[in-house]
Amino acid sequence: MPETMLDGHRIHVDAEGFLTDPAEWDEELADVLAAQIGLTLTDAHWKALHFLRADFAQQGETATLRRVSTLGAIPVKELFALFPGKPAKKMAYVAGLPKPHGCV
Amino acid sequence: MTRRLLVLGAGTAGTMIANRMRRVLDARDWEITIVDKDDVHLYQPGFLFLPFATYRPDQVRRSRHTLLADGIDLVLAGVEQIDAGAGTVTLGDGRVLAYDQLVITTGTSPRPDQTPGMLGDLWRRDVFDFYTFDGAMALQRALQQLTGGRLVVHVTDMPIKCPVAPLEFVFLADAWLRARGMRERTELVFATPLSGAFTQPVAAERLGSLLADRDIRVETDYLVERIDEQGKALVSYDERRIDFDLLVTVPLNMGAEVITRSGLGDELGYVPVDRHTLRSRAYENVFVVGDAADLPTSKAGSVAHFAVETFVHNFPLLVEGREPVDAFDGHANCFVETGNGKGLLIDFDYDTQPLPGTYPLPWVGPMRLLTETRANHLGKLAFRWLYWNALLPGRPIPLPAHMSMRGKDTSLLAAA
Ligand SMILES: Cc1cc2nc3c(=O)[nH]c(=O)nc-3n(C[C@H](O)[C@H](O)[C@H](O)COP(=O)(O)OP(=O)(O)OC[C@H]3O[C@@H](n4cnc5c(N)ncnc54)[C@H](O)[C@@H]3O)c2cc1C
Repeated sequence: MPETMLDGHRIHVDAEGFLTDPAEWDEELADVLAAQIGLTLTDAHWKALHFLRADFAQQGETATLRRVSTLGAIPVKELFALFPGKPAKKMAYVAGLPKPHGCV
Repeated sequence: MTRRLLVLGAGTAGTMIANRMRRVLDARDWEITIVDKDDVHLYQPGFLFLPFATYRPDQVRRSRHTLLADGIDLVLAGVEQIDAGAGTVTLGDGRVLAYDQLVITTGTSPRPDQTPGMLGDLWRRDVFDFYTFDGAMALQRALQQLTGGRLVVHVTDMPIKCPVAPLEFVFLADAWLRARGMRERTELVFATPLSGAFTQPVAAERLGSLLADRDIRVETDYLVERIDEQGKALVSYDERRIDFDLLVTVPLNMGAEVITRSGLGDELGYVPVDRHTLRSRAYENVFVVGDAADLPTSKAGSVAHFAVETFVHNFPLLVEGREPVDAFDGHANCFVETGNGKGLLIDFDYDTQPLPGTYPLPWVGPMRLLTETRANHLGKLAFRWLYWNALLPGRPIPLPAHMSMRGKDTSLLAAA
């Protein structure tokens, strides 16, 4: 896994730039990662990111949009507004978690 | 005292498990009961061919009775409630069955009711699914009447069973339209919530061109919010509209309602299990095999088959409190029909994506992985016979349960 420096943070990422070690993440890094994809984090973003981090710690897998909306109580429509285009991927990227896997 | 093994769902996984366990477990020690809501076992892979009238209905249906070995008690009733704490199951007719060990094999089902507008006036008039027998037959009639226009093939959300089936449908539709001289008059669109028709890098690279070659428009990252019934269009959460004349959708797939009702499921009604032993994470004496489990692999009959192999080896040990001898690896292999009498084959597991090579014999085949061949298509057709005559009865078939890297081209892994 390539090691890289991002705004003073030493991190390990996969080929698409997703963190490979969730422990290397912190909230300051999240702001940096968000900026990389053109986002400025607001409280609404943080609600989703905190859910994602907590759920990953429990499940060992990145939550799907449906899981964030059902268990995290954030409507899918809102997730699309917060993380335009590809909310599942963008959320995982900013939260320092593996890309959620679709099948084949 | 005899112990009671109860299997819920007599589909692909349940039938195989009951038959295999009947041979493994001594009848003096174990009673085996299996429950399903009706007596019609459906060969679901055949649903792909019903819309094009390549298969007849009688080729995809059998009585469940005829598929179960002697010494297995088949109960025909819907399962209403599972009380895993008490070790009982309540049926729709009020009967209560007690168990010592429970195997849940209730699969996953299409749920058009979960998307606003899908089950409205257009349902089975202009909007169809082919994931049910009735849906596939209704679609057959609709295709017969098709005169052109825009045909949209659509996946609501992942995971779905047989994730390649929607693509196969679009390939077959393309070939079918061409054969009828209607392709020029019909626009084909494939709308998927994924970022590409195939997401695993090597397969995507190899197969991406198949859609382009056939002039099929792909709409990626498309998550439908509702169907606009008046306007006859799909509308996504980010407000992209896709108009259709005929929509073939794969509705949201969810685990059986009884799972959610009984408090055993995740947000989609799948039961959390240990991915190597298939044992429930909440209850020691509950196992989940096939599509009903929350495993991060494809929901497919082939996966159910390989998982059953592992289950059969482990179950007698696990119930005695001993260590399992085998670990399920998420092995899946799927034929992908590409039309005109050809098909592809993919073989993968939890850790390794589909790669080119040969199957099942290294360097010999006769099947070729990730390459369109006629042998692959014939393999797919032959599978129906194998399913009824070898897989379900639990006869040994010469396919290894664990994925093998032999015969696979791994050089592409480093490059990918
Ligand atoms: C169109 C299509 C094409 C496919 N193509 C392929 C393919 O090419 N290759 C492949 O490997 N797989 C394919 N599959 C997938 C395959 O059919 C399934 O993955 C497989 O059947 C899963 O087995 P299962 O035992 O988990 O569930 P199922 O076989 O679906 O069985 C579940 C059973 O549980 C019963 N049940 C559910 N709820 C209750 C209840 N409350 N009470 C009583 N009974 C209940 C149902 O009636 C059913 O009989 C395809 C599926 C479809 C729809």
